[in-house]
Amino acid sequence: MSKKQSYLDLKEVNMSKTKSYLEIKNLKKWYVPGDLILKGINISITKPEVIAIIGPSGTGKSTLLRCINRLVDPNGGEIIFKDLDLCQAKGSALRKVRRHMGMVFQEYNLVERLSVIENVLTGRLGYMSSWQAFRRKFSQEDINTAFELLKTVGLSDHAKKRADSLSGGQRQRVGIARAVMQNPDILLADEPTSSLDPKTAVEIMELITNFSKKNNIPAIVNMHDVKLAQRFATRIIGMSAGYVVYDGEPSGITDTLLKEIYGGEEWME
Amino acid sequence: MDGVKHNYPNPFPRNWTTIGLTVLFVLYVIYSVEAMGLSWPRFTQGLSHAGDLLARMVPPNFTRWALLLEGLIESIEIAVISSSIGIFLSLFIGLMAARNFMPVWVSSSVRVFIALCRSFHPVIIAILFVKSVGFGPLAGILTLITASIGFIAKLFAEAIEEISLKQVEAIRATGASFSSIILFSVLPQVFSRFIGFATYQFDSNLRNSTMIGIVGAGGLGGTLFSAFQRFDYDFVAAILITTIFVILVWEFISILVRRIFI
Repeated sequence: MSKKQSYLDLKEVNMSKTKSYLEIKNLKKWYVPGDLILKGINISITKPEVIAIIGPSGTGKSTLLRCINRLVDPNGGEIIFKDLDLCQAKGSALRKVRRHMGMVFQEYNLVERLSVIENVLTGRLGYMSSWQAFRRKFSQEDINTAFELLKTVGLSDHAKKRADSLSGGQRQRVGIARAVMQNPDILLADEPTSSLDPKTAVEIMELITNFSKKNNIPAIVNMHDVKLAQRFATRIIGMSAGYVVYDGEPSGITDTLLKEIYGGEEWME
Repeated sequence: MDGVKHNYPNPFPRNWTTIGLTVLFVLYVIYSVEAMGLSWPRFTQGLSHAGDLLARMVPPNFTRWALLLEGLIESIEIAVISSSIGIFLSLFIGLMAARNFMPVWVSSSVRVFIALCRSFHPVIIAILFVKSVGFGPLAGILTLITASIGFIAKLFAEAIEEISLKQVEAIRATGASFSSIILFSVLPQVFSRFIGFATYQFDSNLRNSTMIGIVGAGGLGGTLFSAFQRFDYDFVAAILITTIFVILVWEFISILVRRIFI
């Protein structure tokens, strides 16, 4: 895919040695005042690799990911992406940053009554005016890209089908195609494999890894499955009770560490 | 069952409040019947009058078909114009009344407006409009636009409130603008229900457009009312049969429309 869009309103980052893809500093979030979900998260992403975030349910993995593209508003800290503090972004500036972040959801979140190809094309909405969107005026280049992407994820035959007629694994492929359609500078995936069987889960992770490599962008993937994380990620972040408790190589994940992250040990046998 | 030492409480206890309220309600209905002076002899007497009326209605008289057709065409025009404008306005008003997309102060004030549109029967609204813009179709059109907003804007709002927010969230995450989010994640979810509401509202406007003519707001109702006043019951029958026919034709068309869109 061509990087056709120039980021007119955002200063191009001048990367000399280490490019900063994403910088999260002391990020805090609470839903109920006083009850912190994220208690000061620091993450720095400098390489275009697959990063898995593991940790028990309710520990803030989802909230962290949603803070990055501001589906959830953080209460404190900074998120630096493309030289812009996302925590301060508002209105059209926020929308213009969002279109550079592709998001993949646990429950796919496809627009069920639209066709598969229309769902993929919605990835371009951030680049279109409302009037163009109203007339369904997608550029020929976008349409070509959408069909090529469907071929890549193996769903060429399903382009005209309604999204709600697909199986879970197929839906997630469409979800990934939609995210990649945005021509993103980062991929965010929130438990993309939790609703899928083990074989499909591996295939979905392969797709995410391949897109990350091909487009040379980082992918942050929330996961339950530690084995799957170790297999695909080149960096693992362990979260527990709102803190980052591990950040490093997949090989550094030990049983002691898992005990610390998830608590207890009976489940490990 | 040796282990049971004491009886457990009945999980369906007698609710004296409900019983009391039911008794009060029944007493009130009996009192109302008494107060209105309803009696069986009056009813049977009325039935014989009705028999006379029906007898004078047959055979229906279609000789003044030109007058009938004129009124009918006007009624259909009133229904088409008021449904188109009313449904179009309701799309936006309904969205503004949806509590999951609008801040509370917008949705609640729009909801009050919708309730106002619905709070009076079309005939009463028609009288108000006839008094303000004069006799004729304009008053009828304004009446039915008001009635349409009062009814389907509320249904639209409720349909929008029931959609899946996951799909909306996904489109929001692509960086789409508010109107694009509405177009690509809200509308697809509610479109088929909107079509259902819209065909129903057109049906309702068609029926009402024949009725509001009675108070001078244009359409077939005016013709009907003057026929009643001149005791031309055979012509009345002709008008009623035509109205039933038009409603049946629309019923058939709306089934086709729904088959296409849903």
